Amino acid sequence: MASNEARTELLFADAEGRDLTKLAEYEQVGGYASLRKALGMERAAVLEELLAANVRGRGGAGFPMGRKASFLPKPGETPNPIYLVANADESEPGTFKDREILARLPHMFVEGVVIASYVIGANAAFIYLRGEYLTEFEIMRDALEEARAAGLVGTDVLGSGWDLTIVVHRGAGAYICGEETALLESLEGKRGQPRSKPPFPAISGVYASPTLINNVETLATVPKIVELGGAKYAKFGVENSAGTRVFSLSGNVVNGGNYEVELGTNLRELVYDIGGGIPDGRALKAIIPGGSSVPVLTADEVDTRLDFDSMAERGTMLGSGAVIVMDDRCCMVQLGLRVAQFYMHESCGKCTPCREGTRWMVSILRKIEDGEASQGELDLLLSVCDRILGNCLCPLGDAAAMPVASYVAKFRSEFQQHIDEGGCPFHGESTLDRVLAPVDQHHALIRSEIEVPA
Amino acid sequence: MSSALYDEIQTIAARYPQRLSAVMPALRLAQERYGWLPPDALREVAEALDVTPAYCRAVASFYDMFHLEPVGRHMIEVCTNVSCALVGAQQVLEGFESELGIHAGETSEDGEFTLRTIECAGGCGWGTVVSVDHRYREPVRPEDVTAIVEELRGGE
Repeated sequence: MASNEARTELLFADAEGRDLTKLAEYEQVGGYASLRKALGMERAAVLEELLAANVRGRGGAGFPMGRKASFLPKPGETPNPIYLVANADESEPGTFKDREILARLPHMFVEGVVIASYVIGANAAFIYLRGEYLTEFEIMRDALEEARAAGLVGTDVLGSGWDLTIVVHRGAGAYICGEETALLESLEGKRGQPRSKPPFPAISGVYASPTLINNVETLATVPKIVELGGAKYAKFGVENSAGTRVFSLSGNVVNGGNYEVELGTNLRELVYDIGGGIPDGRALKAIIPGGSSVPVLTADEVDTRLDFDSMAERGTMLGSGAVIVMDDRCCMVQLGLRVAQFYMHESCGKCTPCREGTRWMVSILRKIEDGEASQGELDLLLSVCDRILGNCLCPLGDAAAMPVASYVAKFRSEFQQHIDEGGCPFHGESTLDRVLAPVDQHHALIRSEIEVPA
Repeated sequence: MSSALYDEIQTIAARYPQRLSAVMPALRLAQERYGWLPPDALREVAEALDVTPAYCRAVASFYDMFHLEPVGRHMIEVCTNVSCALVGAQQVLEGFESELGIHAGETSEDGEFTLRTIECAGGCGWGTVVSVDHRYREPVRPEDVTAIVEELRGGE
């Protein structure tokens, strides 16, 4: 993360020039003081602070964390154990913020896990960590080892009489496992296919027990909320979007990276002032503001505030905070194709509209890109999107249909041009030209007829 | 069956309220041992956790990181999702194809390299992300490809 004195940082404020992966250094900047403070409070009182902070989930859906925690039965109200699950299965395209939190602030995250577990009365917490994050796994494992040795995790946490076991469960490569019920299935040792809701995890989560599931960044925010108090935390950001968020900036931008800013910051400021703008003197064409699952913004919409309500007014979402910038060399049909290919690859196959619909989207978009589509097929594409929307158990199908439909809505003339001209108007000069997706690779027999480039 | 693997799986299973949760970690251990998941590996995991080999195969086939076919000693994975593609992932991929003489999705005849494209690896601001033997290299540019392959070949 690039540092910037002008930005309000709550998570990374003390990270510059320090190795906060080490317990001693983390404690020097006040680490685990929030845990001590929380353990001296009633569970309900800590929950009140989370509710007052009005912190919304940083994973994608943006559900208020305190309210989610309040849906769980209290210890004693349920015969089953209560569990906390940290969703560290970051895999929304464009998103790499949780990875940096895990790598640089592992103790802050662990402290959040411990406090949140205390709030709900859990004696076991699972960290579902993306399988590909090997280096981050090692950092997390070492941080947990230090925390256990210091009595911050384990039996009788800091002499409170309360026990907490934390297990790191590593994924094995499946985007769908970031969806909370698929994650629970995977944690239980099954294929990661989403469950039907209700029951919601708060009532019946992992092992059919009450479960609170929170994203890494959300949990890493908890110590700061406890430190400041919920009301004071809620003063950061804007109405309905309290606090800071770590935005992942990528694509055609000079300074890609993670940047923590207050919610409500202007997207233009993130892209141009912090991100350094578009390289090579190119013009901005479009921005995906919240990961590949959300509708696109045009260059004209760059003056939009990065908060939940402002994005909703533009018909899109803050999602996982992944801001992907595209310059004028990007063909929007190719973008649609590549995005649809991703969701086709990652569809778990459980719901027909998603499993078949994403395949249809890819096939039609390929025809449009190749200049072989008829006028009716553009309408067919939108019809397929429409028939996926709202018809699946989990949001993956919607996440394919919504962005692609937005590309057509906002760049219709470009789609039309492909049909009218019988091919891609970029003539091989688009940045996304001929990109090989993993779904293409599965048809290796076809590809083996292609010459290896010299 | 190797009793060491059996014992390790029991240790992992004991961490969970339900033993079935150990299927994925057990498959990972078995894959580390065999390099991939041949039928014998699936049988060993199945026996250790009292499930069927077919169940283990069903789970393994769902996840990209489990290999039900042999893979090369070195695994080179190039992210070609949107962020990386916007900054030249395809050129990086073609660089590896050319350097290794294989297509994406293939393993070299000497069994040294498997090359494949992957979906978003989570390093988007530092693209192109290439995972080499499960460690990320970022950013990788087409001109870096030769050095990476030479390094893996032993620096000749």
